[in-house]
Amino acid sequence: MDDLLADFLTETSEGLVALDAALVRLERVPEDAATLSEVFRIVHTIKGTCGFLGLPRLEHVAHAAENVLGRYRDGTRPVTQQGISLILAALDRIRAIVTGLETTGAEPAGDDAPLTARLDAEAEGHAAPPPAARPPAAPASVAQAHAAVAEPEAELPVGSPGGEPGADPGGAATGGNAPPQTIRVSVDVLEDLMMLVSELVLTRNQLLQLARSQGDNAFAVPLQRLSHITTDLQEGVMKTRMQPIGNAWAKLPRLVRDLGVELGKKITLEMRGADTELDRQVLELIKDPLTHMVRNSGDHGLERPADRVAAGKPEAGRILLNARHEGGHILIEIGDDGRGLSVEKIRQKVLAQGLATEAELAGMPERDIHRFIFRPGFSTAAAVTAVSGRGVGMDVVKTNMERIGGTIDIRSREGHGTTFIIKIPLTLAIVSALIVEAGGERFAIPQIGVVELVRVGGEGTAQIERIKDAAVLRLRDRLLPLVNLAGVLQLDSKAADGSGFVVVTQVGGHIFGIIVDRVFDTEEIVVKPVAPILRHVTMFGGNTILGDGSVIMILDANGIARACGLGAEAGEAEPERDAGRPAHLLRSDATTALLLFHAGEGAPKAVPLGLVARLEDVERERIEVAGGRPLVQYRGQLMPLVPLSGHWDADSMPARQPVLVFSDGDRAMGLMVDSILDVVEERLVVDGAGERAGYLGSIVVAGKVTELLDTAWWLRQAGEDWFGPAASKPVGEARRVLLVEDSAFFRNLVVPALGAAGYVVTAVADAAEALRLRDAGAGFDAILSDITMPGMDGFALARALRAEGSWRDLPLVALTGRAGPEDVERGREAGFTDYVPKFDRAALLDSLAQCLGVPVGS
Amino acid sequence: MQQAMTAAKQTPLAPVPRREEAEEVFLTLTVAGQLCGVPVRAVRDVLGAQAITRIPLAPQEVAGSLNLRGRIVTAIDLRRRLGLPPREAGGAIGAGAMSVVVERDGELYSLLADAVGDVLPLPPGDRAPNPPTLDLLWRDVSRGVHRLGEQLLILLDVEQVLAIGA
Repeated sequence: MDDLLADFLTETSEGLVALDAALVRLERVPEDAATLSEVFRIVHTIKGTCGFLGLPRLEHVAHAAENVLGRYRDGTRPVTQQGISLILAALDRIRAIVTGLETTGAEPAGDDAPLTARLDAEAEGHAAPPPAARPPAAPASVAQAHAAVAEPEAELPVGSPGGEPGADPGGAATGGNAPPQTIRVSVDVLEDLMMLVSELVLTRNQLLQLARSQGDNAFAVPLQRLSHITTDLQEGVMKTRMQPIGNAWAKLPRLVRDLGVELGKKITLEMRGADTELDRQVLELIKDPLTHMVRNSGDHGLERPADRVAAGKPEAGRILLNARHEGGHILIEIGDDGRGLSVEKIRQKVLAQGLATEAELAGMPERDIHRFIFRPGFSTAAAVTAVSGRGVGMDVVKTNMERIGGTIDIRSREGHGTTFIIKIPLTLAIVSALIVEAGGERFAIPQIGVVELVRVGGEGTAQIERIKDAAVLRLRDRLLPLVNLAGVLQLDSKAADGSGFVVVTQVGGHIFGIIVDRVFDTEEIVVKPVAPILRHVTMFGGNTILGDGSVIMILDANGIARACGLGAEAGEAEPERDAGRPAHLLRSDATTALLLFHAGEGAPKAVPLGLVARLEDVERERIEVAGGRPLVQYRGQLMPLVPLSGHWDADSMPARQPVLVFSDGDRAMGLMVDSILDVVEERLVVDGAGERAGYLGSIVVAGKVTELLDTAWWLRQAGEDWFGPAASKPVGEARRVLLVEDSAFFRNLVVPALGAAGYVVTAVADAAEALRLRDAGAGFDAILSDITMPGMDGFALARALRAEGSWRDLPLVALTGRAGPEDVERGREAGFTDYVPKFDRAALLDSLAQCLGVPVGS
Repeated sequence: MQQAMTAAKQTPLAPVPRREEAEEVFLTLTVAGQLCGVPVRAVRDVLGAQAITRIPLAPQEVAGSLNLRGRIVTAIDLRRRLGLPPREAGGAIGAGAMSVVVERDGELYSLLADAVGDVLPLPPGDRAPNPPTLDLLWRDVSRGVHRLGEQLLILLDVEQVLAIGA
């Protein structure tokens, strides 16, 4: 039988029992409004539900009865014994039909017209005396007679519905007596039970631990038995909260069908393991993510029928859902046999968004590249379709899964399909945790966030390194930020750099390491909330009692990451984010992707990523020396290498020299650095203090002072002709360009870049200065302007220039970090000829060439 | 027995509140030599020295948490709460202290005291208000003062004692 129907039957049976009692009460005290309301409500509920379930007979009878009750309730009709009898008759009819439903699963056939007609008449008023007012009842005169006889009695004979033509003959015999297969238990009761069992499990663990330390004693055997029973009880109670995952899948066939129609694809949906059960709380939480992923598979994963046939696949695409239990977890796979993820597309997107460098990508296994799709704002779908790509990406799915302690992974082969693998705990109440020690105290770290454990500091093990004060660990070529647990918790740490462990932890898209002194083992723990006076300490997710009876705090990896400033900018998904635009355009236009690296002495160095063409690792053997300067053959050319540390010594070179390559047209130069650290998005607030040759000043990146490279200065070190206009292609032909830009940093970047292309550049710091130049009669061929400037901004400047003066028809190019469609539109309205993102030198040169070739206004 | 006699002596007018007040019974405890009293009705348990887990980053009055028959109890160090010197220089907070367990909003808290004394009825009539010169911190947590032989006893207001970091 349908689950819904079963629920309905249980509910209705309960309702009917309550109704009988209430109606009898009502008859005795007709004015009792509360009883009347109660009766009305129950009948109304029955009517509403059966309408929903498609049970027309029940609905009609209940509806008619409700009408009468409605009149009573409104006071438009007095409550009469006759009326109550009628309603009781209606209830008996309902009961008979329900009995039929219980046995056969369908409404028994029958004619309720006479009964409903009499109910209607009662509702209309003065109905009892004039039988003529019931023409539809005419054929059912037997029933009428029957009822008429019964009317004087307080209760209609129970046999009455059974005697009705068409009523289920077996119904009366079993009616109301069928023992219910299920009882309804409030969720609260189950929660309480679950809590008690959790406590029992804890106590059991404690006892077992005690028994172990005592060696063998008389308690061992009964304790073993207690342990087994406790385990069984725990499973039993958990089972009461279990629901088959099929409940969460019920809507999917319809969804997939509609999806196929909408997208013009043929899709078959296969569901396996629908009876795999999991905690209802978990089930509720995964319902939406699952739906989203199936939608994704149909929309992005599967190809159009024609493409599939061309690829030698069956025309109909297949989506496979598979659920199974595996070691205290549920594994759910959502797979399709579609086109698979395009590594190349992801790679390009990753580069475009500055999430990783080409060098990093080159060293990454395919699987890691696939995982980029879980980053916020990342979608490989070229077009935003109506079905998916509405700004809810895989990052949200991932976040939701992590919230319930689950993980998500991906397996994809280009051309063969994609499968997502979700691993979620069976229940949220009991979790497995790693017990660690830091600063002399023990803490529990929920295992779900732990990726791996690394031993550090001992002989032949990995070493913790430091960049200024920040500890990092090089783990398989990736730089892992480290957090010292004792430090974060303000505990006295033992020997500063003694041996210890790094618990590699993942929070959202961020992986970081937690330094601990010791690692004990894992233990099943019951998460209990901390006392209210400790709620403000976000580092803890709760506390629990361990097997040895001691209290231990449970660490919240999220809280630790937040407290250390990790994962603050990208870890959490932002639902309001507009998925239609790449993430880097959405960020504040003041943030810039910076490449962080180490070179020479002192603080880490940074350079805007946009200026760097490539990152290379050059083998020592390939570096040659000409005229005392290092060179390397690079893409068929000789590329000068400039040591950033200022001196260069062939002997002290590492086997592979990291090099930042800057290129312009067919020329390139390489900057030798010690190591590449990271790419970060950072607001550029350049502090010029302590300025020295080669550096524009210092900025603060992730709380650390970092020196910002003056690229132009270093480029000049590579050779005199780098900026020499004579040697460059005569693109600019000594055209004069005015640059309006308030930031000295950007002026320093743009001026040499344009100079190198042959333009004669005049730079001013604000719009007022530019207007003064105009009024003074200065002549230019084009104007470049920043948008956000103190005083008059770029838009205002553009309007002022277009309004009057000798520069009215000059090409006007906006330089900005913000280049969304509406920004471009706004710029055009203000009078800009073109809109170019900052740092995109190629785009700027293109734009200038175009503007100067095609004078504006023509 | 004594209660019954007291009740019998009451006038029929308003006997209920009088009896309740007369019955107010306190558990005495010592914190750094200072005698304190907490209403017995508020006390759930009195425990000897317990293993207390330190809680990093917690308010300094919080000594840690301990396990009371499977329930986690947050321990409040009364010395710190009352601004008194720690038990012994360099010693762990709460080490060797008695726990007086009280309940508030379904949560258990343990008040750490150096020693727990008798249970005494203290008639409200004998209670003196806080002297106006009393330390501000103490005035917040004290409901009044009783003279007890040679000593003065501070009546602790459990609600106020637990109002930490609020």
